[in-house]
Amino acid sequence: MEIGEEAEVEETLKRIQSHKGVIGTMVVNAEGIPIRTTLDNSTTVQYAGLLHHLTMKAKSTVRDIDPQNDLTFLRIRSKKHEIMVAPDKEYLLIVIQNPCE
Amino acid sequence: MEIVYVYVKKRSEFGKQCNFSDRQAELNIDIMPNPELAEQFVERNPVDTGIQCSVSMSEHEANTERFEMETRGVNHVEGGWPKDVNPLELEQTIRFRKKVEKDENYVNAIMQLGSIMEHCIKQNNAIDIYEEYFNDEEAVEVMEEAPSAKTINVFRDPQEIKRAATHLSWHPDGNRKLAVAYSCLDFQRAPVGMSSDSYIWDLENPNKPELALKPSSPLVTLEFNPKDSHVLLGGCYNGQIACWDTRKGSLVAELSTIEFSHRDPVYGTIWLQSKTGTECFSASTDGQVMWWDIRKMSEPTEVVIMDITKKEQLENALGAISLEFESTLPTKFMVGTEQGIIISCNRKAKTSAEKIVCTFPGHHGPVYALQRNPFYPKNFLTVGDWTARIWSEDSRESSIMWTKYHMAYLTDAAWSPTRPAVFFTTKMDGTLDIWDFVFKQCDPALSLKVCDEALFCLRVQDNGCLIACGSQLGTTTLLEVSPGLSTLQRNEKNVASSMFERETRREKILEARHREMRLKEKGKAEGRDEEQTDEDLAIDLEALVSKAEEEFFDIIFAELKKKEADAIKLTPMPQQPSPEEDQAVEEGEEAAGEGKSEEVEEDLA
Repeated sequence: MEIGEEAEVEETLKRIQSHKGVIGTMVVNAEGIPIRTTLDNSTTVQYAGLLHHLTMKAKSTVRDIDPQNDLTFLRIRSKKHEIMVAPDKEYLLIVIQNPCE
Repeated sequence: MEIVYVYVKKRSEFGKQCNFSDRQAELNIDIMPNPELAEQFVERNPVDTGIQCSVSMSEHEANTERFEMETRGVNHVEGGWPKDVNPLELEQTIRFRKKVEKDENYVNAIMQLGSIMEHCIKQNNAIDIYEEYFNDEEAVEVMEEAPSAKTINVFRDPQEIKRAATHLSWHPDGNRKLAVAYSCLDFQRAPVGMSSDSYIWDLENPNKPELALKPSSPLVTLEFNPKDSHVLLGGCYNGQIACWDTRKGSLVAELSTIEFSHRDPVYGTIWLQSKTGTECFSASTDGQVMWWDIRKMSEPTEVVIMDITKKEQLENALGAISLEFESTLPTKFMVGTEQGIIISCNRKAKTSAEKIVCTFPGHHGPVYALQRNPFYPKNFLTVGDWTARIWSEDSRESSIMWTKYHMAYLTDAAWSPTRPAVFFTTKMDGTLDIWDFVFKQCDPALSLKVCDEALFCLRVQDNGCLIACGSQLGTTTLLEVSPGLSTLQRNEKNVASSMFERETRREKILEARHREMRLKEKGKAEGRDEEQTDEDLAIDLEALVSKAEEEFFDIIFAELKKKEADAIKLTPMPQQPSPEEDQAVEEGEEAAGEGKSEEVEEDLA
């Protein structure tokens, strides 16, 4: 069962990476340790550190406005690409996509 | 010494109550007023006394010393691994990761997050929700707004003894940096202790220059190499050429030998387009234009003397104060001189005499700036005396367009790199004028007072939006112009080129007319007698003066004779026939008193 689920996890991450325009995918835990990443270590650690704080801030903002609300997703659109962060209690799933139009 | 007071009291009297008794007032001393003392005082009337009912307060100010702060960031290189895992050991990290991946929490979390993420990714791919709508139509709005410009930043010379900012150069890549050359151009009046440093400023940080360049003598001009942005070329006040590499530091990398350099401050240095990217040339008021290769700065590779009589005499040479070179016309260059003449030269001419192709009459004073129009290189802009003029290479007798005479001297000018009809000028009273001659021809489209002191130099950034101007106290101001003045208007190129052509044609017609008239005059003069022409030519001041003298004396003698005749009639008194000057003048004045004799007197005097 666990092994099957692990395979599913693998498959999910692989599928995300194969989508059009996706530059990199990474899974980071709350301490900034990259569990799974397709980019190099230094970039991943940089993203992890910076996005962790930003996600915490965004989450606290949402909850301050309405305590019953919660942050589900964070999207940062920049000139070059879009950074998408899906937060969890312990982990962060970060995907960098270049929406090519 | 101890002062001791012995207090004696009988023991039986201890604890006894005090008995107070009344007694009369005793007069101890009576000091009478002494009226004699009053003599020593003077009564003051009126007396100013301040009366205030409120609480007296005082005001104090305190200013803390300026605290210098620097912002630095810290970047983590490695995540927060638990104590038992050594991040450098690949095995341990892999083991840790595998352990996490087996964790149930992890699996559930990823499944859930994965599905949300996929949804958003697909969304992104389906529609670009952040695209720019109506991109094309924005161009129309821009034309309606009034031209404006605002100051973005000011860079002040950090030195205490202020020097003028004499030259500016933008960094070739991305224009994030500005090199400013500081020097004092007053002849031999540079204050003692003036630093000879010039700076490279980063636009983000106006408090402190990014790099200081330290030459042996102050720099008059400074240019970035357009091919290699680390290399800078500077022309010094003592005539030497210096070269820096910013990677190597602030000391001079290459310096030309003083024997072969210019003898006057170097007023123009420009990099040439060459395969090696190391060639440059410089001009100075000593009348020479020298070509250099920065790899070998001991000697110039070529020297041309700006002698328009084509005799290569340094004594006749005109001092060059501005230099122009356009990379699209690599063999031609132009020199603006101190005497006001503009010389167009060809570098590839066979003999040295042929290097000077033609001259333009220029201005009444030194030509401080010279630049070809980036869109129409046949037309160039010059600035000098109190006007700015636009010339065409075809019309050599006069400029095709010119501004009116201003109240202040013009110091520098530049074309806009994005609009062919726009140029900028700076003046000695600190104003920056922006001219747009498809919009208004008589006055600048926009006139801004940048600072109170004179502005010495001006440089436009390649995007046409940012302008940097340097002032007499070393303050460099960065201005941004409104987009209307920096984006190409719809029909502008055609309108500008047709204006240039029309004015060139007009000048050509005028030139032809002048030539015809001169020929006619020559023809008339040849028709007359030669002697007469000689006489006519010989009518100079002396002939006029002697003629006037004769007339004057004739009048005087006539009057004297009349007086003699009268005197003889009344009393026989001898009178001097030869008049002394003053007497004659007086009598002339009394007797004649007409406009003619006054004129004659003036001639004599």
